[in-house]
Amino acid sequence: MRYLGEVFVALCGFVLRPWKLRWKDCALAFERASFDALPVVSGIGFLLGLILAFQSAAALRMFGVEVYVADLLAIGLFRELGPIVTAIVLAGRSGSAFAAEIGTMKVDEELDALSTMGLSPVGFLAVPKIVAATAAMPVLTIFAELAGLAGGALVLELLGVPVAAFWRHVVSSAGAFAIAFGLAKATLFGFLVAIVGCGAGISTRNTSDGVGVAATSAVIGGIVAIAVSDGILAVLCWIWNL
Amino acid sequence: MESVTDIIELSHVDAGYGRQVVLRDLNFSVRRGEIFVMLGGSGCGKSTVLKHMIGLNPVLGGRLAIDGLEWTAKTRQTLTRKIGVMFQSGALFGSMTCLENVMLPLEEFSGLSRAGRIGKAMELLAAVELEDAAEKLPGEISGGMRKRAAIARAMALDPEILFLDEPSAGLDPITASALDDLVLRLRDERSTTFVVVTHELPSIRKIADRAVMFDKARGGAVAIGGVRELEESEDEFTRRFFARGGGKI
Repeated sequence: MRYLGEVFVALCGFVLRPWKLRWKDCALAFERASFDALPVVSGIGFLLGLILAFQSAAALRMFGVEVYVADLLAIGLFRELGPIVTAIVLAGRSGSAFAAEIGTMKVDEELDALSTMGLSPVGFLAVPKIVAATAAMPVLTIFAELAGLAGGALVLELLGVPVAAFWRHVVSSAGAFAIAFGLAKATLFGFLVAIVGCGAGISTRNTSDGVGVAATSAVIGGIVAIAVSDGILAVLCWIWNL
Repeated sequence: MESVTDIIELSHVDAGYGRQVVLRDLNFSVRRGEIFVMLGGSGCGKSTVLKHMIGLNPVLGGRLAIDGLEWTAKTRQTLTRKIGVMFQSGALFGSMTCLENVMLPLEEFSGLSRAGRIGKAMELLAAVELEDAAEKLPGEISGGMRKRAAIARAMALDPEILFLDEPSAGLDPITASALDDLVLRLRDERSTTFVVVTHELPSIRKIADRAVMFDKARGGAVAIGGVRELEESEDEFTRRFFARGGGKI
């Protein structure tokens, strides 16, 4: 709770005085969390679209409506699967990296050094990473979704559905709200993954397995945070008919 | 009542972690401009007391004042400007060069221009004879150089007190002796007060103006004074420490 309070105070401080944020560290963390993760996120997105299309096409083909695979993919990827799969990759890749980096610094007394200089380790180390991961998630999600659609289009092309028809169905079924809602969820997931990852790093214990435990906690905690927040959003959407 | 010559005062301080008291009822002071050494065997609580002094952990009882101020949320900013700390590992930031490490406190608190910050940082690196290593990363220099760079960073904001945690640990005798010379020179040139945690007897004999001896078994400070006084102390543990060499007890 104390850590969350420090994050909140630091974020408020940077909103009021944005020039105080270490933008260089932020840019580096953004590059590592987004551009460096594009191949894996796009690859997983493509395979996800491919598999979903194959599985659903098998059922829909019995009714001669394979083309509706496009609608299923569009709604599924934009609203749910794109953000959640990308966030899980972010938790495994960047959440653990944040925890390991900060945890190693803690073991090496670098966090104590910051404190004795009058600098907050949370503001100095965690907040740039949180800002970077929060900004990186929508970018990564867009790439994952586009790759997923490409995978689905390939399957339907093989099943005899023209790509033009596929895209028409995607455009008609994926409204602006679904896309915006998915990207908003992605942003929230990025924020949660980074908070959990940095928190695990800051609470690293000074033992031989401390950094490893912190990295594992970051991944598990990140995935749990994604699942819980997604569940809450699903319930809210159902209540509010969204 | 704190003397005007005392810059740190411990009055009935209980030192420890969480609820566990390691050293009880510590009563001593550090005088302005002196090199004060906290010594004792491994695990006796020297670093614990240091962490209280630098505000990382609150004392478990009693009063610890730096220049008349106790560590509280209100005094933290004032007190962090008064102190500089060199940690046992050096604690330099691995992704920054030595120059960037020294510039960091200047960037955050000095208000100097970039050119001014670079000039000041280079001056500090020169003071610890590391100007040639300014652009090197901590991983590219030796342990002794890392400690000197850490001292340069600790001095960046001209603190009144420099705390050094085990400065000689892990260094060969020649490098350790050079580091002791550096401490003596910096004290003479800048009139900085040094509080040094060590159990290295050659270092203690070379640099200490006064020292306090902690004994884990008795859970407190057992002797305080100049090195000569400690060597001839009535306390048997202290005499044995100096007779056999620190750290072997």
